[in-house]
Amino acid sequence: MDLREKSRQLLENGDVKAVIGYERGTMGARRPAFIRKAERADRLVFDEACAQNLATYLTRPEVRKLGRVAVAARPDTLRAILQLMAERQVKEENVLALAGDGTVELGTAQAIEEHLATCAKELPARDREILDRLSRMDRAQRWAFWQAELSRCVKCYACRNSCPMCYCGHCTMDCNRPQWVPVASHALGNLEYHMVRAMHLAGRCVECGDCGRACPVGIPIHLLTFNCEESVHLQFGQRAGASSKLDYALSTFRPDDKESFIR
Amino acid sequence: MTEPFEPKITAFVCNWCTYAGADLTGTSRIKYQSNVRVLRLPCTGRIDFMLLAKAFARGSDGVIVSGCHPNDCHYTSGNYHARRRWMIYRDLMDFMGIDTRRVTFSWVSAAEGARWAELVNEVTTSVRELGPYTEYKELALTGVE
Repeated sequence: MDLREKSRQLLENGDVKAVIGYERGTMGARRPAFIRKAERADRLVFDEACAQNLATYLTRPEVRKLGRVAVAARPDTLRAILQLMAERQVKEENVLALAGDGTVELGTAQAIEEHLATCAKELPARDREILDRLSRMDRAQRWAFWQAELSRCVKCYACRNSCPMCYCGHCTMDCNRPQWVPVASHALGNLEYHMVRAMHLAGRCVECGDCGRACPVGIPIHLLTFNCEESVHLQFGQRAGASSKLDYALSTFRPDDKESFIR
Repeated sequence: MTEPFEPKITAFVCNWCTYAGADLTGTSRIKYQSNVRVLRLPCTGRIDFMLLAKAFARGSDGVIVSGCHPNDCHYTSGNYHARRRWMIYRDLMDFMGIDTRRVTFSWVSAAEGARWAELVNEVTTSVRELGPYTEYKELALTGVE
């Protein structure tokens, strides 16, 4: 059995209203596919080239309206689903994750958590290389590095739109009375935008790296959110996407939180 | 002849502790350096991280963020939340190459008038040594709103 057959079954039995998966796109790429009829399930593919985190569609109004949907899920997608459950954006009964080769049905948060325990998580070599370089730089060099990278940003907001955790109906970036973050893609606007994005995802980023993949000019912006996530993990001992019952790190506290810089 | 550099320090303080503390500094007639501009907010929990970035963009050379000591918050837990936020934000600033030596976080209570004077003096002196924050100012020149 493969994902196609599984999806056909699920749709024929009426277990789910739609299957969100991948199909062949142009130039060998994979693109998201929304399969609502069993006979269309043949379009689905699920292989190494399927990189996008499909959990991002679960919070879209069009998908919410459908009811229960199945999602072809890589480990990143599973973590995003758990985090969306923790943030009460997705109901447990409305998602069926199809993990592994696409035939492992994970219908509950507990099943997803157990499955994730078997998946190893590794930072891609390219990211490791950049982080390694950054760790050898001093502050002024890091500033120069990010200024050079961010100078290419065109403020297309693809990073925001691809992110499964950026589901706010009214984003602070769209707030223009007063204009909190400059819209234009100049140096200050770009820095402030990426700073806000990283901070708003601190303790919520599941480290799928989809923002970096979505970036049309190839800025490693996912490293900013990863950095916030690592600080959260190191200092507060929790990781987004680990459980469907996780408190948001920045809206909780422990009286004995340890820092070293407050005088 | 050029004027010696005088840093501009912006202080974001909470209404209940540090602002009252700074008030006490004044009523106690304690003299301290006049480089600081005090901005009063209801609580450190209210201080958005972007306010710090905005302060730099609008020409500050240094920033002070100060509120009630842990356990003293007027709103019970605002400072605890603020502390978590600063723990993450400071790491991010450092990662992005923003000069964290220019941002000072502290707890100053309403009874610590002398401590406020001391803090401002210390910060002003250290920022004066660091010089103007030209990196950020140049950045801001491209994006005057």
